[in-house]
Amino acid sequence: MEPEKRMDKRIRVDLNLEQNPISPFESLSEEVLFLILDLLNSNPLDRKSFSLVSRSFYKLESCHRRWLTPLRLDLLPSILTRYSSISHLNLTLCSRLTDVTLASIASLLSSSLRSINLSGSRSYTHKGIECLAEKCFNLEEIDVSIRVDLGDEVAAAIGKMVKMERVNMGRCKKVTDLGIGCIAAGCPNLKLLCVKGCVGVTDLGVKLVAVKCRKLQSLDVSFTMITKKCLPAIMQLPNLEEFCMTGCLGIDNKAFVNLKQGCNSLQALDMSNCEHMTDSGVLSILQKCPNLYHLNLASCSSVNVSILSGLKSMCKLGSIKLDGCKVTASGLKSLSNSCISLKELSLSKCPGVTDEGISVIMAKHKDLVKLDVTCCRYITDESLSAITSSCTSLVSLRMESCTKLSSEGFRLIGQHCPKLEELDLTDNDLDDEGLRSLANCHNLVSLKIGICLRITDNGLIPIGQSCPRLRELDLYRAIGITDKGVSAIADGCPHLEMINMAYCTNISDESLKFLSKCSKLCIVEIRGCLQVSSVGISVIAAGCRLLSKLDVKKCCEVNDAAMFSLARYSHNLCQIHLSYCSVTDAGLLALACLGSLRNVTMLHLSGVSPKGLATALLMCHGLTKVKMHSSFKSSIPRALIEHVESRGCSFHWMYKPFQVDFESSELWKQQSHDLFVE
Amino acid sequence: MKQIIGEPGIDLSSDSKMDLKLTRNSESFHKPNSSNHNLNSFNQASQYFPNLSPTNFLSRAENLQQNLKTKSTNSFEPNLNSGMATQNPPLDWDPHAMLSNLSFLEQKIHEVQSLVQSIIDQQAEFSSRPSELATRQQLATADLTCIIIQLISTAGSLLPSIKNTLLSNNPALRQLVNPDFNNNLKCEGLIRNFPETARNSEYEDLLRNLDNEADWMKEPNPPLQSDIVDANPIDEHDLKESDDGDAEREHLPPGSYIVLQLEKEEILAPHTHFCVICGKGFKRDANLRMHMRGHGDEYKTPAALAKPSKEPGSDVHPVTRYSCPFAGCKRNKEHKKFQPLKTILCVKNHYKRSHCDKSYTCSRCHAKKFSVIADLKTHEKHCGRDKWQCSCGTTFSRKDKLFGHVALFQGHTPALPMDEVKASGSGQGNDDMTEDLGGYNGNFASEECLTSMDVKGIDESRAYFSPMNFDGFGALDEFGRGGFDLEDNPFAFIPSGFSQRSGDS
Repeated sequence: MEPEKRMDKRIRVDLNLEQNPISPFESLSEEVLFLILDLLNSNPLDRKSFSLVSRSFYKLESCHRRWLTPLRLDLLPSILTRYSSISHLNLTLCSRLTDVTLASIASLLSSSLRSINLSGSRSYTHKGIECLAEKCFNLEEIDVSIRVDLGDEVAAAIGKMVKMERVNMGRCKKVTDLGIGCIAAGCPNLKLLCVKGCVGVTDLGVKLVAVKCRKLQSLDVSFTMITKKCLPAIMQLPNLEEFCMTGCLGIDNKAFVNLKQGCNSLQALDMSNCEHMTDSGVLSILQKCPNLYHLNLASCSSVNVSILSGLKSMCKLGSIKLDGCKVTASGLKSLSNSCISLKELSLSKCPGVTDEGISVIMAKHKDLVKLDVTCCRYITDESLSAITSSCTSLVSLRMESCTKLSSEGFRLIGQHCPKLEELDLTDNDLDDEGLRSLANCHNLVSLKIGICLRITDNGLIPIGQSCPRLRELDLYRAIGITDKGVSAIADGCPHLEMINMAYCTNISDESLKFLSKCSKLCIVEIRGCLQVSSVGISVIAAGCRLLSKLDVKKCCEVNDAAMFSLARYSHNLCQIHLSYCSVTDAGLLALACLGSLRNVTMLHLSGVSPKGLATALLMCHGLTKVKMHSSFKSSIPRALIEHVESRGCSFHWMYKPFQVDFESSELWKQQSHDLFVE
Repeated sequence: MKQIIGEPGIDLSSDSKMDLKLTRNSESFHKPNSSNHNLNSFNQASQYFPNLSPTNFLSRAENLQQNLKTKSTNSFEPNLNSGMATQNPPLDWDPHAMLSNLSFLEQKIHEVQSLVQSIIDQQAEFSSRPSELATRQQLATADLTCIIIQLISTAGSLLPSIKNTLLSNNPALRQLVNPDFNNNLKCEGLIRNFPETARNSEYEDLLRNLDNEADWMKEPNPPLQSDIVDANPIDEHDLKESDDGDAEREHLPPGSYIVLQLEKEEILAPHTHFCVICGKGFKRDANLRMHMRGHGDEYKTPAALAKPSKEPGSDVHPVTRYSCPFAGCKRNKEHKKFQPLKTILCVKNHYKRSHCDKSYTCSRCHAKKFSVIADLKTHEKHCGRDKWQCSCGTTFSRKDKLFGHVALFQGHTPALPMDEVKASGSGQGNDDMTEDLGGYNGNFASEECLTSMDVKGIDESRAYFSPMNFDGFGALDEFGRGGFDLEDNPFAFIPSGFSQRSGDS
């Protein structure tokens, strides 16, 4: 359909040209063209097409573009000279980013740059950041997260950016209070700070931030060593809306009970994994932060929800996560009584959730939008009928591994929840009848029906016919699905972005041919689909140009031909799993030419020699993570490995025995359930 | 005065005028007998006399009295020490030293005589110039004080072995250190009485030779001065009752305590305890006692070596506080918001810290200066360990202090440790950079341009870090360290007064 449409456009343009000898594009004013450009956001290729229309269009597009996410650094200087008014630069795809590059970026973009994302990029040091601080004085946002080796110097360099508003330093483990202090003292306009996982940060640094940066709106101090000492200062921040302190083991009840002043502006509080929090602390928070809307208490194992009854109906809480907490029916009752405006509720992995509890909640909260009851293994169809009868406006329902539910219950979902957009029924006893009824949910965007062994094409075809908005489909180990069902999905769901057909052993190249029509498809998992060959992969590669992740593990028929196609078409491919494929050195070398490739897993490739592997590693500049069999470790020159590592690649040497044949999905499911029972 | 004379425990015998005078003075100024604490502070105070330790001074006074007792019919109340004194051999002292002391006394007495004579002669002239008369009187008083001290110390050497016990029993010398010079009557009394005392026939022979120690007496100002804020002796009962709410830091209402003010020279004297035999000075009386053992077996007795103890029954005494002689100082008694100093040691430290040059420089950082050597030593213990530094150059020994400082001031940022910056800023970082340049194959259209740019980047980054710490020290004064009022806590050495500043200013 898509190519035909494009043809239509072209013909129309040609017609116009015949009627009017002067180029019709010249008559369009810049304003109009800018407006058009403003709307071209959905597909990056649209902008490319636009700029190819004419010289003036090319120029206009260069002026108009504000966001840039380069795949490779090679051409960065020339790209930046073309796009001189880039304000948001995302360099997360460029793993090897040196100070030299940063210096060039700083001098080329200088004052126009407002946001830069260096998350995960390696090789740069604080000197590169200093270049940015010096020249890009309008910089408002920086992300230097996941640089475990970066220390306080980087923070000090960021502290020199006076206009800085948003700083993400997540997992910069070497950053200490001194660095945070530099940011606090140097960035008075700071609105967002994330020091998640910066284990060197203590109360002193956080306190200084709270004292100095009064405009702070969002603060993430997860997994740091903070204690109650810094909380009074944080709670006095006048604009704080979001506060995340996941896994802060230094925080206990006293921290909040003794707090004199709560934060009126606070809307979202994440205290998941704070193991020392208990009821009284939570109660005290809710009393002191009257405007709290989101509360995350996941894995706070000592919190008992029944304490919330003390709150009466004062509570404005709209979203509460109690994953893994002790939840009882009475607790849920008091929760439903106290949180009158609840919209989102997550009870995943709460073993105490029963039909009674769910019924109580549902009776009170009819406008619930999101519900997560993953792994609540004791709920039955009774709960489902309570949910579906009262919460007809449910948008998201996750009920993975609720094994006591029957197809009768799933039918109720289809009948009563037409607004559902996200549905997770993984590992349930879903059958075709139930699946067919889900076709009533026309708005479905994400459907996960993995490990539902009973479903077949008969159930899937109606979904494909009536859910045009579907983007995510998980058919993991749905062994009943064949090419017929997939073709229905491919026809009916043009927006499909992700499909997981792992271990759907009845899938063949035909399915992939159908799926190649879904031009937005970027994640394809066909692990263990033994019938799939290079033909299917080549078709996918040619049709789905946005393909970024491909898993063809154990697809033994996939050989070099598929690799050649991928190398030719899939310039966005960044992750591939090739284990057990029939790929040889040639295919690997072809693949290595893909500059975008970053993550490769290749175990048990019988056709690959150490020499070929070494050459491929050397050629593939962008690699960040390679999983290989440990037998190669000795055969690849040590110096080469070190060289590749110095480019920012990490090697994972796996030792896994070669598996000749696979157990059937039924057996696998039985085994995994047995594992759980144990 | 009269009340005090009548106090029990002191037998007023008419035979010894000297005795009477000593006792009267001592009682008037130091009504309760000295506790150990007071004794020590007193010792500190009288450091002005380079060769006379107050302890010895006192002990000599005791000895003198003892001596008097043995020679006169007069005796004190039945006293444990009197027995001991009589047991001692009469000629247990160095006659040469004694002789030289006496000579000095004689010379001094002659000087005073001529001075007083001149006052009498020029009385008519002085009536028109009262200030000059006052000066002369002060001079005379100073001389007389000196004579008394020397006399007592000389006499004290006669009976050294019993000094400790005597000392604790009789604080006779108090009044010599703290006579009230504002009270003219008393001054006159002293002037009138001391020559008589000196001319006492029993001591005439002692004052034959001159001593060469006279130079310290040539100070134009009276060496000793003290004030009693409240001229009337305070009743103990009143003292306890008087709580008018105007409490000082230690909740002492003004007037409820005696204020003493020492002179600059006294405060600054290096030693406060002196050996009566060889004249060697000591800072602590314990050290002196140890030293005295070398002068003979009689100094080795447990009694001689014992710490002078508090006299039983005299535990009630007026609270004594001290005033700084520096005019305008908050610790000066003339100051509106006068805050007295608690002990002599406080006086010494306060005066040195606040009103003296800081002559001791730290040998490590060559930046910090101190006027009290103990402060220097304390600093040197931690110097170099102040690893927490602010961008303004101020260093802190504790991270929380640094963060408190940064939180207080705008524009200050925590500075990264020097060694860290050096290591990554120049050495390794530079290598990385050159490697990058070399290894960079065609990633940029014009590598040359980038190279030059990058080199500039390195230089700038380096330039940023290196001078920071040197500039920093210059900027120190900007925060007014000199102006900090450290008096409140003279014992606590505060390396940086930022935390104190807000409170004081």
